[in-house]
Amino acid sequence: MSVGIVMLVHTALGRAEQVARHWTAAGCPVVIHVDSKVPKAAYETFRDALEIDPMIRFSRRYRCEWGSWALVQASQDASEMMLAAHPDVRHVYLASGSCLPLRPVEELIAYLAERPRTDFIESATTADVPWTVGGLDEERFTMRFPFSWRRQRYLFDRFVELQRAVGYRRRIPAGIVPHMGSQWWCLTRQTLTAILQDPKRPKYDAYFRSVWIPDESYFQTLARLYSTNIESRSLTLSKFDFQGKPHIFYDDHLQLLRRSDCFVARKIWPHAERIYDAFLTDAARQKNRMEPNPGKIDRIFARAVDRRTRGRAGLYMQSRYPNMGWENGVTAGKYSVFQGFAELFQGFEPWLTKATGAQVHGHLFAPERAEFAGGQRILNGALSDSAALRDYNPRAFLTNLIWNTRGERQCFQYGPADNTKINWQISRDPNAQFSVISGAWAVPLFKSNRDFADLRQEAAALQKIEAKMLDELRSPDAKARIRIWTMAEFIEAPMEPLQLIIDEIGQRPSRRLTEAPRLEDLTGFGQFLQNLKNHGMHPYLMGDFPVDPAPRHGQRPQRKPYLVKK
Amino acid sequence: MLRLQRRRWRIRAFRKRRNLRAISNRTDQIRSSDILLFSTQRNEGVRLPYFLKYYREMGVDHFLIVDNDSTDGSLDYLARQPDVSVWTTRASYKRARFGVDWMNWLQMKYGHDHWCLTVDPDELFLYPFCDTRPIRALTDWLDASSIKSFGAMLLDMYPKGRIDAAPYSPGQDPLEIASWFDAGNYTISKNPRFGNLWIQGGPRARMFFTEEPARAPALNKVPLVKWNRRYAYVSSTHNLLPRGLNLVYDEWGGEKASGVLLHTKFLDTFSVKAEEELDRRQHYGGSKEYIAYAEGLKDNPDLWCKWSEKYINWRQLEILGLMSKGNWA
Repeated sequence: MSVGIVMLVHTALGRAEQVARHWTAAGCPVVIHVDSKVPKAAYETFRDALEIDPMIRFSRRYRCEWGSWALVQASQDASEMMLAAHPDVRHVYLASGSCLPLRPVEELIAYLAERPRTDFIESATTADVPWTVGGLDEERFTMRFPFSWRRQRYLFDRFVELQRAVGYRRRIPAGIVPHMGSQWWCLTRQTLTAILQDPKRPKYDAYFRSVWIPDESYFQTLARLYSTNIESRSLTLSKFDFQGKPHIFYDDHLQLLRRSDCFVARKIWPHAERIYDAFLTDAARQKNRMEPNPGKIDRIFARAVDRRTRGRAGLYMQSRYPNMGWENGVTAGKYSVFQGFAELFQGFEPWLTKATGAQVHGHLFAPERAEFAGGQRILNGALSDSAALRDYNPRAFLTNLIWNTRGERQCFQYGPADNTKINWQISRDPNAQFSVISGAWAVPLFKSNRDFADLRQEAAALQKIEAKMLDELRSPDAKARIRIWTMAEFIEAPMEPLQLIIDEIGQRPSRRLTEAPRLEDLTGFGQFLQNLKNHGMHPYLMGDFPVDPAPRHGQRPQRKPYLVKK
Repeated sequence: MLRLQRRRWRIRAFRKRRNLRAISNRTDQIRSSDILLFSTQRNEGVRLPYFLKYYREMGVDHFLIVDNDSTDGSLDYLARQPDVSVWTTRASYKRARFGVDWMNWLQMKYGHDHWCLTVDPDELFLYPFCDTRPIRALTDWLDASSIKSFGAMLLDMYPKGRIDAAPYSPGQDPLEIASWFDAGNYTISKNPRFGNLWIQGGPRARMFFTEEPARAPALNKVPLVKWNRRYAYVSSTHNLLPRGLNLVYDEWGGEKASGVLLHTKFLDTFSVKAEEELDRRQHYGGSKEYIAYAEGLKDNPDLWCKWSEKYINWRQLEILGLMSKGNWA
């Protein structure tokens, strides 16, 4: 008993020749179908080289376009020839010219001999699998497809639309349930002859002739009628990319292919010398009785599809520049923005570094320069602190910073005196944790020693800008984790919101904050605000601050001394 | 409009063909499936041995080079190479739109239906898996995927220390000296007219253009194209027409496959070159770039900084997000 190989060949005839010889050397008869598109001279050379081998025959040639009925015809004819010429063949294996046996052929023969009644053919109903490309799954069985998808795409699409519009549906022949799957199968003589010698075959052929991509459904459907034991998987390792074309194997896949324990793989790049050498000539390989295990290869190709369709979150580069809303992650990682905190607390940045372990920057979008942590002039990825470079494309600056520091939480200070063009970008980024103490910009003004007229002017400007920023943060499009307190609200109980923010950053195991940052001394701040009001500029973003009663005796309430316990 | 413009560039290229005088024309050796390399050079004799070796090993079958009035013997050197066809011209580089007209003409005449790689002698092309797969693996894959053009960003390489500290000798791998690069300071915007991305940044922007970032040189390139005689490069290899060829990036979140052109301009040969170019004023934008370099280089010719990355291989660049394997695995 042996295994017969049906080979469909259309390019790389030299490789097909090598592989055919490999099969026959192990005692497997081969029937080859060569696409009629192959030029006569090339075909004849190929044929002359192989015909002397009694184990190799050539079947009638068809012109095989991708997904065409001719592929099924070619398989039918070649299978009939195989079954008629080699009565001892029990399984027929359908392979292509760019398929390559990865394990010794004897192992395949033994494997199949142990499973004499099993048909290996991937076969699933259309309702259950999302494999299809082009959005046609069930419809490929109920419409007609007279136009080529490859060459006459426009007509193909229009004709599909037309059939949809008029509600055209073909009748599926009684008794069959459409199935589909990989076109590379291995069927028993019993099943295959039942399909090929079925009295209803003309009817089925006529039906499948105008099904779309019949080579993935003809045998897959009909095998369900006759097989007693379908193993719904292909023995050929073949992975498809997101366009539905097969992934190709190169020399650097050699070790992967070896470890896959698959019997046959496709497609191999014709110039992959090392792979062909290794699998066709290396006889000293260890025998194994393992089941095929393509898991690792599956993962590599699944990752490739994912990279091509979803990409790396937060990366903007020469071949990935997503339209707005399609970023699939505006930035590469989570980060925190603090507005008003550094103004309200003394030494807020060192405190935050200590509390979270994150990298804490100053005002990254400050007018003079980007205030990188630790006063650095240049940061990860050779990002410059130049304000001009940054403001040339602030979004790129931010996404670069977050991308370059992947794995390390970034925190930075922000405020109405900074470049505010980036504000709405941050507000629509779910990676951003944006905490605002509104009106805190007034504290540095209050502390400064400047002319009141200047202060008034600047306060008015900052208030206007911050009000606009807050509007953006409150817009329904905002997707960041946004918290806004007025300054008056915040200083009433500062520890609670701080604890909340730090816990959410979650760099360190959650514990109570033991040390709070020190509030700036706000004695007289209420009066300062009142003075602004008296000058006609009403500060409202900081909430209600009572004008502190003027200290009568120039005394402050004494703090209680700490108790020191032994 | 763009169709008219493309036509104009092609007519212009056709007219500029008379600039070119063939010194050794071996184009009859070109077979239909050959991968061709196009280049313009001037006094790059010191770089050519490594350049030719690098691309021969990659699998380029034939080189088509325009020599712009070299005086260093590089023309003779090129004429002696068995797989090089070389033309010479004394005409103005600037008036040939920085060599683009010459390239377009040669591509129109010899590049039709070939994969054409257009690079300068100081550019080393990298693509995914280039250490294990020849360039034909890439072009076969592109053909099978119906992709006609392949993008590769220009990545400026520089030495650590003064640019002129280590002398470069012929045949040497320039990356032994200029082995550092900026990994993450590139900015991108879209060119609405041609549909290409406009990429700027890197050490040149960081060192020489901090005051005028908009003037920093463009780094986006489309060097590898399955050529058709109706195509035309517009501005260097930054973009071409028809503009569908510039769409080497994905707009829906995915990554297309892309490569990198390692730009090894910053060797000890650079200061001499910069001075010469200043005299000739034959470069883009009134050679503003070179003026900026001359200024910047006088003070502190060290492009290296603490966060510079040392080049290892293409996989490193892939991980850093400078290029992508896309769907190729």
